[in-house]
Amino acid sequence: MSTPKDLKFSESDEWIKVKGSTALIGITDFAQNQLSDIVYVEYELDIDDDFEKDETVATIESVKAAADIHAPVAGTVLEINETLIDNPEHLNDDPYGSWLFKIAIDEPSELDALMDAETYDRFCEDRGE
Amino acid sequence: MFTPHTDAERKEMLTALGLNSIEELFSDVPQQFRFPALDLPKGMNEMFVREYVEGFSQANISTKEFICFLGAGAYDHYIPSAVDSILRRGEFFTAYTPYQPEISQGTLQTIFEFQTLICNLTSLEASNASHYDGATAAAEACITAYSHFHGKRKKILLSSAINPQYREVVHTYLSGIQDIAIETILDDQNSLPDPFAIEGSIDENTALVMVQYPDFFGRIYDFSNLIEKSHQKGALVCLIVNPIALGLLKTPGEMGADIAVGEGQPLGIPLSFGGPYLGFIAARKELVRKLSGRLVGETVDKDGKRGYVLTLTAREQHIRREKATSNICSNQGLMALAATVYMSLLGKTGMRQVSNLCYQNAHYAAQKIAQLDGFKVLTPEPFFHEIVIQCPTSVEHINHHLLEEGILGGYALESVYPDLKNCMLLAFTEKTNKEVIDVLCDILKESDHD
Repeated sequence: MSTPKDLKFSESDEWIKVKGSTALIGITDFAQNQLSDIVYVEYELDIDDDFEKDETVATIESVKAAADIHAPVAGTVLEINETLIDNPEHLNDDPYGSWLFKIAIDEPSELDALMDAETYDRFCEDRGE
Repeated sequence: MFTPHTDAERKEMLTALGLNSIEELFSDVPQQFRFPALDLPKGMNEMFVREYVEGFSQANISTKEFICFLGAGAYDHYIPSAVDSILRRGEFFTAYTPYQPEISQGTLQTIFEFQTLICNLTSLEASNASHYDGATAAAEACITAYSHFHGKRKKILLSSAINPQYREVVHTYLSGIQDIAIETILDDQNSLPDPFAIEGSIDENTALVMVQYPDFFGRIYDFSNLIEKSHQKGALVCLIVNPIALGLLKTPGEMGADIAVGEGQPLGIPLSFGGPYLGFIAARKELVRKLSGRLVGETVDKDGKRGYVLTLTAREQHIRREKATSNICSNQGLMALAATVYMSLLGKTGMRQVSNLCYQNAHYAAQKIAQLDGFKVLTPEPFFHEIVIQCPTSVEHINHHLLEEGILGGYALESVYPDLKNCMLLAFTEKTNKEVIDVLCDILKESDHD
């Protein structure tokens, strides 16, 4: 799967798609591949909750692991993608189309620390993918 | 079987370690603490040991010879012989519950059946493989609720009509969670504590409201309204239930409860001086990911044949240690099996019959005791199989009298509810029939006259 060029990436394998002052966040193809079959998404936050950069915002369980999802930037939860609660496998089928949260970004400059698609691809290759 | 090491094996191990003697192995322990002399009596042979130990056991009072009116959380029910004979089969009789599906289909199937029976009994959708006892299950229900709200709701409300020992265990169990607040509201205690006294304290910070059903004093309440009010504030509700009572009464699920827990001892498990007992917990399907302990699920193998495996294991400590709701994994495998056999033997009709007998016996007793001079029945209708009676003298005095006549009397409430002076909690089961209740009443009558 090719890595979308319009996203930014964290070292803990989350993606963020920025649109003005809001953004969608999700997990990367590398992440879903490492986790294998995802069976459960647990949202740690509710709508209107504030969160810090790197805070655990959700936990994803697969048949072989449970992984924390970290916020790539600080912000506030605007929407939660509730379709993933009943259909967690969407994260495997379409990782870049399946967002977890829609958020309002606190500090846009935090985006600068994230990787672009090319850098992230290399980052994944270095880890043996 | 105990297989000691031979001298040759010991020598071989020491050689591998590069040591000359076992003493050398302990050289890190300071000399004065090494091999202290033990002041023990001389050894006895098997015949004398048996005689010696049996001498002690004869000092015990057993419900085989004595009539038991003591309840307050553990009850003297009749246990069909089939329970023990299935329990003691070599395939089941082990201290450790084997979970590997490749070798444990029988065990896993019985646990699955246990879960199913508990779900049927409570009208809830998911049950786990069991806990140590009812109090542990109650504490785990609190953690389930706390975790369900991601720790954002910090208040647990416990009814004052919950078994005081359960409340103590909840406090101890949750003492490691810093920001949790456990509250019990005690109203003025001129009469029995009001289980609804907590109602005014339910708010947006409440994670769980916990009540007992029937309550510690035997009273039966329909908690539907309390549950609805709790849900309006977004709080979860847990009922601590007596499984025998559910053979007759409206179930937690029917009332809208989110969680039900209870002590499974009445389901074919002997009193055994306090354990091993059996805790059960059941919840609505939405809470299954937060449910503590092990869950067994039914599935099919690659040939389409029915099989059983641990399921939803990612929720617990296998691969999620620090993120798990609870790290408790022990179940009471054998006790869960006993309960499963008991419930299967009795079936729906039998459970109802036992339940009804307990209910009828308690009501007969209440009516008889109310007629005795100086005695007062404090538990109002409707009640199940326990009643509080106020005695003209101390409970200790009356129990002493009863014991002399081969009867185990009731639980002295004053020790935990100081305002309930001379009050005794009496329990009735299918074993305490009319005949023995009449004997009880005769002795109670006499006990007042000296």
